[in-house]
Parts: sequence; structure tokens; C-alpha cells
Amino acid sequence: MISSLATNIGLAVLGIAAFAILPSIFPGAAVIDFIIYVAAYGLLAMSLNMLVGLTGLVAFGHAIFFAFGAYSFGLLMQSGSVSIPAAVLLTVVGSALLAAITGAICVRLKDVYFSFITLAFQMVFYSIILTWVGLTGGDQGLLGGIPKPVFMGIDLTNGYTQYLFCITLFMVCAAIMRQVWQSPFGYTLRLIRDNATRADFLGVNVFAMKLAVFVLSGAMASVGGIILALFVSGAYPEFAFWTTSGDAIFALMLGGTKLFLGPLFGAFLLELIEHFVRAHTEYQNFVLGIVILLIVLGLKRGIADHLYDLAVKLRKRDRKPVAVTKLAEAPDA
Amino acid sequence: MDTDALFMCLSSSACAATQISTAFIIGMLLFLVASGLSLIFGVLNVTNFAHGGLYMLGAYFALSTFEVTGNFWAALVVAALATGVVGIILERLVISRIYGADLLMQLLVCYALTLIMDDAVRFIYGSEYKMMGMPQVFDLPPVAIAGGFVPSYYLFMIGASAVAGLALWFVINRTRFGKVVRALAINPKMVSALGINTTLLYAAVFGVGSGLAGLAGGLAAPIRTLTPGMGLSFLLDSFIIIVIGGMGSIGGAFVASILVGFIKAFGAIGFPLFTDGLMFVIMAIVLILKPQGLFGERSAL
Repeated sequence: MISSLATNIGLAVLGIAAFAILPSIFPGAAVIDFIIYVAAYGLLAMSLNMLVGLTGLVAFGHAIFFAFGAYSFGLLMQSGSVSIPAAVLLTVVGSALLAAITGAICVRLKDVYFSFITLAFQMVFYSIILTWVGLTGGDQGLLGGIPKPVFMGIDLTNGYTQYLFCITLFMVCAAIMRQVWQSPFGYTLRLIRDNATRADFLGVNVFAMKLAVFVLSGAMASVGGIILALFVSGAYPEFAFWTTSGDAIFALMLGGTKLFLGPLFGAFLLELIEHFVRAHTEYQNFVLGIVILLIVLGLKRGIADHLYDLAVKLRKRDRKPVAVTKLAEAPDA
Repeated sequence: MDTDALFMCLSSSACAATQISTAFIIGMLLFLVASGLSLIFGVLNVTNFAHGGLYMLGAYFALSTFEVTGNFWAALVVAALATGVVGIILERLVISRIYGADLLMQLLVCYALTLIMDDAVRFIYGSEYKMMGMPQVFDLPPVAIAGGFVPSYYLFMIGASAVAGLALWFVINRTRFGKVVRALAINPKMVSALGINTTLLYAAVFGVGSGLAGLAGGLAAPIRTLTPGMGLSFLLDSFIIIVIGGMGSIGGAFVASILVGFIKAFGAIGFPLFTDGLMFVIMAIVLILKPQGLFGERSAL
């Protein structure tokens, strides 16, 4: 337990350090922008994978927490009465509350009905954003920019400092989720995914476990929203539209759901594809659609999962003992 | 929120009559789309997220046919048939590969098809709005009902949708083909063992569902602006409908369609920005109280 916690903290610090020196290797604002985008949407996809890959709950309205994070953070900062760390904390607590309330209703439903009700909550939230013009700016989005007052000597108006701040937020969340991914709680969730009846039989409170992961996942997704709001200095209703959830699910599928970092890889690929396709044709959705079809119908799983399976197969060839390979074949390593 | 306007409208018979006819138009069009969706889900067990794209194709097929021939009836027939054929091709090429796959995979494949269809239409027709205009056949004075004036085309649309819905009901419940389809929904292996070509049947059902969406698109073409991506809001509405009505239930789809039609028609007056939100609120309430929908049994059509 403790050693894995130490590993995760160590990995996070290493990650921050690696990304801190990256701009000096690849100078240019485009690289930083790209990384922040991937961090924001990657966090959304990774937090969604806590539900989809880990627990088997196919949520189709996860962007509700992403958008809540962006709007809540933006509004708190525009109010001018809180500091940035306080706004981040309040936003995370707020979205955890939102997740607790909606989750208590959603996780009682199964399969496609769960997907639909999460979508319903998200679209209600989207409509509230459009309707409550006085607070949210309606379809114009949260305009006027987000003030970034200096806190503890940190000035986020500086591009590089903001980049570091976003990367730190990302790494903290990733470390928390990786810890949960490897924890006994994480294995309980896998048990629920594979056989909820058996979990119930073994004395697991399935409802409480599902709700707990829903709350955690919602809170983590809101940090993705915070990062994006900081970066674009605003919040837009599209964040809460169903296509944002669709993109997150696509990132999961593209990267794979088995590995912890699979969704991040997927978000990275998705941004990359969009970036390059947009440069060459205005029919990017057409290309995107073809890519999805090829991956889904051809590979039948995400690219990271595919590579992982390949690696396992290669290792199997090297080592003989059957028991070991059986273990290696177990999912979610 | 503008509840005063809503009250004013409800107390004036002219306004109420106009809005009720609007409610039925929206409701009946949605019913055509949703019943196809429901049929496909009930028989093939595929959640066809690409259905909105088929509705859009129907509208564009109608537009092109009308521009070439100037004949509205031909446009309508081509819209339904051509969309049905596209549906069959999609089923054979793509959808048939995801039978029995998990929800995520179905979602993604259909999402991809929607993206492809939208961009294909954008490539052919451009991304600007298109108008088909009212065909001359319906250049008639509006019909006065209870003090309100309803364009005659609206009445035709409601009638045509009702006829299509009844025909679907008749085929499913009263014909041999319908009997086989219902059997297919419950026990495909048994149907196959009886020597019936289930592959062909699946394609046919998908084609019929797509054709209904295409017909809805063709009927909507004269009164809506056509744009790539126009199927999206229709798709979300149809999903609300089949969730409220019960997935796989055609009767449920009808009741829920009319309900949604009324919410949209009167919501446009009372709370224009929150109309969609209200529909999702109702869907959430139904899901909480009765997850299988108001009329859903999931066993048969």
C-alpha cells in the first residue's frame, strides 16, 4: 500500500519534472498549448475510464462535471473574492457534491439506461447553462476573461507558469486515480464490473462502491474543466454538450480501457488526428469517422490495449511456465 | 420563463389550435423516426445512434429529387426508398459486424457513421442552409380550425405520418412477415432453424427502419431548413421518446412522440430556452420511476 503510494507520488513528481523541461527542448507556444489541451481532455477521459474500464459503467454524460468545473472555477474567479487555490478546492468539492446527488440516482440503473440517464443529467445542465444567461452568459459563454490573481508568489498570467500549474494539477489527479486503480477498492470495482451479483453475495455494498467511484470520477473530471477554463480564459456551453462526452468516449476507445494510461494516449491521438486533419481538409469528421470505423471494426479494442496484448504475447513466447503467463494475461495489469 | 405568454396562448383558442397542430406535426415526424429506431432496437438489439443521419439523408434525397423533377410525390417516394437502400447497405457493410457487441462499440460505430454522413452531405451540398420550399400542390389557403389557421401541408403531414405508422403496426402485427420479425426479436436461433434467412431479414428490418427515417426527412423537407447535422437534435429527441415510451415498443413510441410534440410546441412559448432541458427532466423522471419506460416490456414489439 505505502510503497505504491510512494511510487505514485514519485511518478507524479517525475512527470512534472519531465514536462517542466519539455518546453526548453521543443520551444514554441504551440507545443505548450497542445500539452495543456491533452492534459484537460486526457483528465476527462481518464476519469471517465474509472467508470467505464474499471467499474463497467458506460457513462455518456461525463462532460457535465467537466463543464461544471470550467464554469464554477470561472465564476468563482470572476467574483474576485477567492484565490486560485481556494477556487480550485471549492470547484472540486462542488462537483463531488453534484456527482453525489446525480450519482445516487444514476448508479441504481443498469446498462443502456445508466448511459441514458447520465446523458439526461448532462443535457439538463447544458440547458440550464443556455437558459441562465445572467449567470453563465448563455450561448455566448463565460466572457470577460478569467482573472488570475497572484497567489503564494505564483503568477499564472505568465504562460510557462500557467503551463506548470496545469501540469501539476494533472499529475496530482493522475496520482490519486492511479492509487485508486491499484487499491483494494479498485479491485472491488473490477469485481463489480465482472460480476455484480457475486460482489453483492460476498458482502460488498455495490451501490456505495459505485457511488464512491462516481463521486471520485466526477471530481477528477472537474479538474480537467478547470485546466481548460484557465487555458482558454473562459467557459463555453459546448463543454457540456453531448459531443464532449462523445469525444471522451472516443478517446477511451482509441487508447483502450485496460491500461491506466490508455485513455490519455487516446486523448493525445485524438488531438493529434484533429490537429493534422484540420490542417489538410475541412472534412475532418469524415476522416475521423473512417478512423473510428477502422479501429473499432479492425482492432476491436483500443490501440494501447492492442499493444499491451501484443507485449503479453511476446513475453509468453519468451517464458514457458503456464501459470506465469496466465497471470500476465489477467486484465488490468 | 414566460408563463404569462403560455397562459395567454392556452386561453386563446386560436393560439391553442395553432400550437396543438404544431405539436402533432413535431410529434408525428418524431414518431416516424422513433418507431424505426425502436423497431431496429427491438429486433436487432442495436442502439442505432446513426438514425438521425438517415433522417437527414431522407431530407436531402427529397430536396435533390424535387429540384430535378419538380414533383413532390416523387421526392417523397425517393426519400423513403433511397434512405431504406442506404440503410440496407450500412447494415450489410457495418452494422452487421457489431451484432452482440457491447454498447460502447455500437455507440462508436454509429457515431462514426453519423460523422461520415454529415461530412458527405457537406461535401456534396455545401455547409450552408438549404430550403426546398413548399411544393405547388400545397399552395392552398390554410384551414381554419377553432379560430386558428393551420397550413394544409401540416394536415397532410400529420395524415401521412399516421398512415405510415398504421401501416407499420399492421405489417408487424397482422402479417406473416411481421410474425417472423416478432419471432426474430425473441428467438433468432429458432427462426433460423426453421429455414428462414435471418441475415436477409435483419437487413430488411434495418432497411424498413431507415426508410421510415427517410420518409420523415422527406416530409420535413418542405418546412425545415436543411443543414448537415440536422439529424442530431432529431436523434436526441427520438432517444428521449423511446426511453420514455419503452425501448422496442411502437405504441409507447407513439404516445411519447405526441407528448414530446406538446412539450416542444408549448415550451417554445412558455420557456423557449429550457424546452430541451424539460424533455430531459421528464426522461430522467421516467427512468427513475420506471426504467423500462412507460410501455416497455422489452420482450416483444
